[in-house]
Amino acid sequence: MTTTLTRPAPSELGADLRGRRLPTWGPTTVWSLAAATAVVGLLTPVGLARGLVLAWFVAALVPAWSFVVEGRRKATDRVVTHLVASAFVLALIPLVSILVAVVGKGSSALSAEFFSYSMRNVVGEGGGIYHGIIGTLLITAAASVISVPIGLFTAIYLIEYGDDSRLASSIRFLVDVMTGIPSIVAGLFAYALFVLFFGEGVRMGVGGSVALSVLMIPVVVRSCEEMLKLVPNELREASYALGVPKWRTIAKVVLPTALAGIVTGITLAIARVIGETAPLLIIAGMTDSVNFNLFDGRMQTLPVFTYSALMNPGVPAEPSIERAWGAALVLLLIVMALNLVARLVSHFFSPQGER
Amino acid sequence: MAKSIDVTDLNIYYGDFLAVQDVNITIPARAVTAFIGPSGCGKSTFLRSLNRMHEVIRGAYVDGKVLVDGEDLYAQEMDPVNVRRKIGMVFQRPNPFPTMSIAENVLAGQRLNSKRMKKSEADDVVEQSLRRAGLWAEVKERLDRPGSSLSGGQQQRLCIARAIAVEPEVLLMDEPCSALDPISTSVIEDLIHELKNDYTIVIVTHNMQQAARVSDQTAFFNLAGVGQPGRLVELGPTEKMFANPDDPATEAYIQGRFG
Repeated sequence: MTTTLTRPAPSELGADLRGRRLPTWGPTTVWSLAAATAVVGLLTPVGLARGLVLAWFVAALVPAWSFVVEGRRKATDRVVTHLVASAFVLALIPLVSILVAVVGKGSSALSAEFFSYSMRNVVGEGGGIYHGIIGTLLITAAASVISVPIGLFTAIYLIEYGDDSRLASSIRFLVDVMTGIPSIVAGLFAYALFVLFFGEGVRMGVGGSVALSVLMIPVVVRSCEEMLKLVPNELREASYALGVPKWRTIAKVVLPTALAGIVTGITLAIARVIGETAPLLIIAGMTDSVNFNLFDGRMQTLPVFTYSALMNPGVPAEPSIERAWGAALVLLLIVMALNLVARLVSHFFSPQGER
Repeated sequence: MAKSIDVTDLNIYYGDFLAVQDVNITIPARAVTAFIGPSGCGKSTFLRSLNRMHEVIRGAYVDGKVLVDGEDLYAQEMDPVNVRRKIGMVFQRPNPFPTMSIAENVLAGQRLNSKRMKKSEADDVVEQSLRRAGLWAEVKERLDRPGSSLSGGQQQRLCIARAIAVEPEVLLMDEPCSALDPISTSVIEDLIHELKNDYTIVIVTHNMQQAARVSDQTAFFNLAGVGQPGRLVELGPTEKMFANPDDPATEAYIQGRFG
């Protein structure tokens, strides 16, 4: 025996509440069509660029359709969604194309020899970027050794001691100004500084570190400041109330609580300066040999290597240009690895529990 | 242990702003004194001036005398850090250190001051303090779990355990139950009853019933008027304050007719 379910008669309120909607499969289908257009563009002589433009117009059908069916308010929503999504895709294009180009052109250069040989006495094929990797790692490490204490202590001063005093606001202003220093100016500064001590024509790895520090310190200060700001004041007060002096409170409560964010910020600051070319070109110079000594003579770095391998490829040019792409890829991988480390650190160092 | 507090002519400032004016009060040892009054009348400010936490805020200072066992806390030669070791504080919101385990939180006072302790000694302090805070049975199996993994009421008792682990003379409590449910609140009130055998306890509360339940003496604070500093209106034994206070403003506030 079957019972028929009787639906209550549609009320007047119900009629007011209901609205006309696109079928759920509607937008999805149009977007799939748009994606298909882009792929077809990529695979046929039409080209990816035209394909994407066509896809954009296809996707724009969703708001148009919505305007007919759903009315003005929903259509506006869909127009804005469409614009935001296109902005996102637009922003993604250079990122993806850089990745594709660098991986595509650089991966063929990678080999055991590429990582373990310098360019000393190499003409044409062969050689590697060992000297560049060593130089980049040493110079960046030294730059971090200089910038992290200065930056972190500045941030601690600003948050824990300076508050809104005049000194603190002027430091904040100067840090903001420093953020905007062009990297070439940082290089010239480091060069001028080292010329004072070592005379004209000085080339030194540590000079590069000083130049990079000038660029790195403001980033470290800013990110550490933000992280220290996030530490709840209640924790500081809890510590003071236990009779803990201020410096111990900072060292044992504030810093550990903010550790994950600070380490992440520092890692990102390193990733930011590791690809700098201009200042290193001036003060660290370029060389074909391995140099482990930061305080003596020229040091090659990956960005400078890439630059010189492209600008002065020699004859034949192809192997040198391939090496340039390879060096760019290695640099990219190092930056990615640093970002990954930053994420892992923030995951493992953050305070456990539900906070 | 446990000392009485005598406050004479205390004015409390935030920069140029006079927040609390002319407080004279005697807080007896081994008893609970409750501060009640409308928001913004300076109860918490006054409480914080009792262990020199007030001056943590930039520009804040006091003038007047706070005598604990006859010693003026604000005398030139007094070190605020040492004052706070002897006068503990529990805050409105539970604030265990998120980077530390339950045991480490209890030992925070010692550890943060790098006091050397034997393992067995440290274990004793943890157990004693947690027992007295009524938390031992609930956490003894998971002392190495983070303090922030506890419930709100447990966290607050952890903060009390942390405060009494450094063996203070006085325990100041700034609305310790306002963020807690009624069950946790009653646990903490029972705890206050226990603790008053050993400590001088001062508690700020917005909860009239709580003041009536836990305190031996009640002080009513109020603003003299809009934009005026807060002041101590009336002080008396809790029973009298709730039955027939001398000041009409106290009566009005306690009966809920204003504030």
